[in-house]
Amino acid sequence: MTGGGTLHLAVATRAFRRYSTYRAATLAGIFTNSVFGVIYSYVYLALWRANETAGGYDAQDAVTYVWLGQALLMTIALWGGGTTDDLAERIRTGDVAIDLYRPVGLVGWYLASDLGRAAYHLLTRGLAPTVIGFVVFGIALPDSPVAAAAFAVSVVLAVVVSFTIRFLVASTAFWLLDQSGVKVMSGAFAIFFSGMMLPLVLFPGWLGTVANGLPWASYLQVPADIWLGKHLGADLLVALGFQLGWAVLLLAACRGVVRLATRKVVVQGG
Amino acid sequence: MAADPSQPLIDVRDLERTFDVRRRVEGRRGRLRESVRAVHDLTFSVDAGEMVGYIGPNGAGKSTTIKMLTGILVPTGGRVSVAGLDPSRDRVPLARRIGVVFGQRSTLWWDLPLRDSFDLLQKMYRIAPARYRENLDRFVDLLDLGAQLDTPVRQLSLGQRMRGDITAALLHDPEVLYLDEPTIGLDVVSKGRLREFLRALNAERGTTLLLTTHDLQDIEALCDRVIVIDHGTSVYDGSLAGLHAEGGSSRTLVVDLVDEAPPIVVPGASVRRVEGPRQWLSFPADASAAPVVAAVAAAYDVADLSIQEPDIEDVIRELYSRGG
Repeated sequence: MTGGGTLHLAVATRAFRRYSTYRAATLAGIFTNSVFGVIYSYVYLALWRANETAGGYDAQDAVTYVWLGQALLMTIALWGGGTTDDLAERIRTGDVAIDLYRPVGLVGWYLASDLGRAAYHLLTRGLAPTVIGFVVFGIALPDSPVAAAAFAVSVVLAVVVSFTIRFLVASTAFWLLDQSGVKVMSGAFAIFFSGMMLPLVLFPGWLGTVANGLPWASYLQVPADIWLGKHLGADLLVALGFQLGWAVLLLAACRGVVRLATRKVVVQGG
Repeated sequence: MAADPSQPLIDVRDLERTFDVRRRVEGRRGRLRESVRAVHDLTFSVDAGEMVGYIGPNGAGKSTTIKMLTGILVPTGGRVSVAGLDPSRDRVPLARRIGVVFGQRSTLWWDLPLRDSFDLLQKMYRIAPARYRENLDRFVDLLDLGAQLDTPVRQLSLGQRMRGDITAALLHDPEVLYLDEPTIGLDVVSKGRLREFLRALNAERGTTLLLTTHDLQDIEALCDRVIVIDHGTSVYDGSLAGLHAEGGSSRTLVVDLVDEAPPIVVPGASVRRVEGPRQWLSFPADASAAPVVAAVAAAYDVADLSIQEPDIEDVIRELYSRGG
């Protein structure tokens, strides 16, 4: 397996380098994230002035949540995109046949690549808004090394879960030839159910229960609550277990879809 | 790991692949569901070390067959075995033992220098470092790629890219090499060099080649055996010479007489055309030209003689039209 590990590391490194060539886009993105961070911060501050303990958050928690959201937006590729867009394009053109001729699983290959991309986005599009949020709004930092480490694990799991959903969306191109319609729909679900629009802790009653059980809760709500120290002790393991459970389940679904695609559909082109 | 030498390397039995397609029909709501047979009743086998041309018109089922041979498409009927493996079940282990080259797609990474693509492939196929260096040096030398190793693939010319792709497909010493239109778009010199390289590869390493192409010169230069597929099934499997006989093609003897004469009468040939002192005689492609030439020379005053070989494209066109 060491050979495979080296390969996937090489794939991830290459994706990291590829994304790092878009410097201007990175800077423009950081600027946009920061502007939205400021706007959302004032909206949330107004909201929490009306209700100082809404969703069990205080005002500082709420502002911290905003900046974590801006920091993770690109890392988890909330809108879709990332390396799964390459996959959708390769399915459309038929180049995916070449990926399938290789002695490597399609899912592992694209996951490695997406993790490389996410690492780059975390270090740039993630780090910059966090620093700005800390300097300008005094956002909270993790209380303990354990919380910080758990947050790091949680972000990796968030990327994996978001990857699997984007992979499944991209795979619809095997049947529909184009992922774009499904991608827009999936993006809308992701924005709402990840808590990017509004923290899931504010969702009332059964909507809250459902939203907190869906895979999108792994994107932002779970890592943010770990950062904020809302999950402690055994509860922390449950939160990470929730993400891990979805990651494993959805990775299996991705594998199943690839198998189904070679069974049921035409890979485009000769 | 080596396949049993008494077994054919590629064994295809009654292979079938159908696709469900939905089609809009005038004057009806919704779509009609139809089953289309891309490949059916296809049986052939290829021994290790053979060079086989796999030809057919567009849409005949060539790439569907290749996809099933490589395991990226599951057959709906029949059996396939390559190197003793079931391709669709053992796709990944099989991928380590085969190479695939497309004329119209690159397996290289667009944004990487050629060398980095090769390094990635070394990791992917887990090629032993010594073997990798040996193969790389050899192919780079034979295919004259030394100056391009550090160039990103997107900046390579088509011919350079093709040679890069061939190298990429061979670094892991595949037992079988599938080539899909490898010479498409190449100039005459590049085509010639590529064919020479493939011939040498087959002679030195015994690599089995399965070649799909529309360029029949590729076939004539490389393949002792041709499989013609049309409408999803094999319509001819045999030698290139036999293909001429099968297609009922004929060779032509062009005779320049010293003087104009009525149509020549000799056994085994018939006159097709007369133009002044020049006459065109046709005789079966599988017959020898010698007795015809001798008979003509004995009975007439001949100024000059030449023989025109049958056009293989005509032969294949004839086969296709028969199948349709």
